[in-house]
Amino acid sequence: MSVKKEELAYDTKIEGDIVVTRADAAINWIRSHSMWPMPMGLACCAIELMATASSRFDISRFGAEVMRFSPRQSDVMIVAGTVTYKMAPALRRIYDQMPHPRWVIAMGACASTGGMYRSYAVLQGVDRIVPVDVYVSGCPPRPEALLDGLLKLQTKVGRERSLKQLWSEEEAPRITAANA
Amino acid sequence: MSEDLVARLRERFSDIESRESLDWPALNCPAGRWLELAAALRDEYGFDFLTDVTGVDWNDAEPRFTAVYHLLSSEKHVYLRVAVDCPDDAEPEVASVSHLWPTANWHERETYDMLGIRFLDHPDLRRILMWDDYPYHPLRKEFPLAGIETELPDSEVAAETGAKVAGAPMMGGPFVAPEQGAMSEREPRAKDQTWTEKNPKPKT
Repeated sequence: MSVKKEELAYDTKIEGDIVVTRADAAINWIRSHSMWPMPMGLACCAIELMATASSRFDISRFGAEVMRFSPRQSDVMIVAGTVTYKMAPALRRIYDQMPHPRWVIAMGACASTGGMYRSYAVLQGVDRIVPVDVYVSGCPPRPEALLDGLLKLQTKVGRERSLKQLWSEEEAPRITAANA
Repeated sequence: MSEDLVARLRERFSDIESRESLDWPALNCPAGRWLELAAALRDEYGFDFLTDVTGVDWNDAEPRFTAVYHLLSSEKHVYLRVAVDCPDDAEPEVASVSHLWPTANWHERETYDMLGIRFLDHPDLRRILMWDDYPYHPLRKEFPLAGIETELPDSEVAAETGAKVAGAPMMGGPFVAPEQGAMSEREPRAKDQTWTEKNPKPKT
């Protein structure tokens, strides 16, 4: 009996109710397809973020529709907008309250670099106070661009050594005074 | 009409002067008469709405700071601009009018925050845009557009991240869009593109 090669991955007729995979792959698959965003809407990017969550673009197709306004229930902080120096410590404190594992998307020019605000009042990139996983370009980015950023983050999460991190309680590289 | 108003006011307040203006009537008022004038403008001349309070830093001129009030009469549909020079250049002070127009409360806080003009007898003269401990007044002429390096508002976060309020990279800025040409070619760009973050500005 010849079996086609692609069927070897998983076939109920051969393997019954057992799925064989790596723990990392399973954990990362679960994590990346149910990312609860913390919508850090600070400026006009937040409008595009809302559009991304709404029916036309529908971020729930990628499992990230559960916007949590409590950092303690969220996985990924989407920094959507201009971060002023006055706001920056609040943003960092919200990030600090997110449970591990946690990720950050810098949405748009302002969150990534300060954007057009070359000013005394605006933080020149949110990566100065929190570690950023994905930068999304645009001013503001279209919803498709944010979705692409989310997919990029899912790919990135798919490569993480989750099991090792789970046991060693190792966390993602932090921005500290030592390495800033 | 506009001349009438200033002329009528001058009959009563002899030390105010008409001020050059392109649109609505404007006048200069000595700091000492400002409270009296403001009360009269509100109660007798119908200026029931204070639309804006702002200020000017004249840099080298004397006096250096001027507080500017924009008043509107909602009955007569007339605006009036009143400029009050601050007598002291080092400690500029003007009497607050927040007891006459409650909207002056926040507007005066903003002017204080940005220019450092203190409003006497203001009920709550704190900064409104920058944080409380910020040491500068950003709209003063000596303050650079990029800002001055200082500490973050929160010392705990500052210690944790090592981040500072740093001067913004200017790279030949400020950034302006060319006035001529097709829309697609009018992206904002630096006025002087000979220097960037990698090639520092030549010292003159």
